Amino acid sequence: MTGLRGKTAIVGTAESDLGLVSPDMTIADLMGQATHRALEDCGLKLFDIDGVFVAASQSRMVGLMLCEYLGLRPRYLDSTQVGGSSFMAHVRHAQAAIESGMCEVALIAYGSTQRSVSRAVASSREPLPYEDPYRPMMPPSAYAMAASRHMYQYGTTREQLAEIAVAARKWALLNPKAWEKEPLSIEDVINARMVSYPFTVRDCCLVTDGGGAVIMTTAERAKDLKHKPAFILGAGETTTHQSISNMPDFTVSGAVESGRQAYTAAGLGATDVDVAVLYDAFTICTLMFLEDLGFCKKGEGGSFVENGGIAPGGRLPVNTNGGGLSYCHPGMYGLLVLIEAARQIHGVCGKRQIENANVTLAHGNGGVFSSQCTVLLGSENTL
Amino acid sequence: MAEATGPISPLAIYRQHCERGELAYQVCTDDGSVVFYPRLTAPGTASPNLEWRVSKGLGTVYATTTLFPRDKDPYDVSMVELDEGFKMMSRVESIDPMDVKIGMRVKVRMIPGTDKQPSYPVFDPAEG
Repeated sequence: MTGLRGKTAIVGTAESDLGLVSPDMTIADLMGQATHRALEDCGLKLFDIDGVFVAASQSRMVGLMLCEYLGLRPRYLDSTQVGGSSFMAHVRHAQAAIESGMCEVALIAYGSTQRSVSRAVASSREPLPYEDPYRPMMPPSAYAMAASRHMYQYGTTREQLAEIAVAARKWALLNPKAWEKEPLSIEDVINARMVSYPFTVRDCCLVTDGGGAVIMTTAERAKDLKHKPAFILGAGETTTHQSISNMPDFTVSGAVESGRQAYTAAGLGATDVDVAVLYDAFTICTLMFLEDLGFCKKGEGGSFVENGGIAPGGRLPVNTNGGGLSYCHPGMYGLLVLIEAARQIHGVCGKRQIENANVTLAHGNGGVFSSQCTVLLGSENTL
Repeated sequence: MAEATGPISPLAIYRQHCERGELAYQVCTDDGSVVFYPRLTAPGTASPNLEWRVSKGLGTVYATTTLFPRDKDPYDVSMVELDEGFKMMSRVESIDPMDVKIGMRVKVRMIPGTDKQPSYPVFDPAEG
């Protein structure tokens, strides 16, 4: 799929209100709010949008909901729902739709009020009759079991996992929109309330409201808009299982494959990446994705993150927005991952902006390590 | 009332085995691959030639976690790798949940069914 390299770009991004939104706000309100902000961000108008890509957990026909709310009748509508990685999948699908002429300006949107309405209401569980009798707390217990296996096979420690939460918090303190406002230490993480061993509540993502919108269009049209375009250099997606019991190897995710597809399409490797934004639903996610996407060898994620390795000033800037662990996690966090990766190219990240960010990687995770989707973005220098 | 049609569901057959104290799984007779959870066709090949077998019930803990609910006692959830070559989620009981370790040998035991929850397998530590 190298033929799609640099043909499309993310030109506008916006978050909806985040954290805890006003009472009775709906997911359509948040998606609509974010859409108008994203249009303002790039300088396009509502009726430029002719392709809509949307996923949410609180609506069965969210595509219809959003189009009605905005008053859009798009030529192309895609509500692929693969959990938190849906929006990276949408980027890949939008590339194809734009390249084949089925649409020209794509909106990718998401909204959630899970903190306001409670997680149980916001995302109903899939029935899994072979797992349900054991009362796992999902998703934390699935990721906790993966962490247990990683610790067993590679000697990864709870302190190393805690480093990931601490690094995320340090980045979050540079992001005015982040939910968490207090410093965090390794001891704080390890001594916090135990949820599903080895995870304390600080190894687990936040539970917030939130949403966002991304506007994507052709490279040609992107040239005349407000920001330096964040060109789509490559994208990849794969699925390996649905329920954690069927994950082939608990220490290796499908990110190996989605990353391979994205790197191949981009003609780049991990060493070319200036900023990595990795879906961190739990501390183990960041660690596994660093390994699976080639930033370090399998089993060496623990030492890679030690001593502030992914914190501000470390060897690789990871989750510069503060991540799902400290910035925002509305349930399907992937769109916010994508937004941060695009903004680092746009150069609008303020105190957390990485100088000369030319290549950024946005990695999405859906289900319980189930769906993996990777997008590589680049500045004009990479074309 | 119309009669239900088609084969007995794999989940129903699995549960019937559980009622008899048996942990059942399937083997694809085309290529000998082990299939769990039970299905109508084998994953990957779509072969309908799936034979039911009963596990000896001995396995090894592959992954583990201890849950700490706010208002109840901690309990184990583990992934057990059965000697016949399939993984399943279960609980290791009879010991402190924090003492369940990866690599530990375990043996199946059936929890009797109730009106709300059909019989299902859990595991206890096994000798050797």
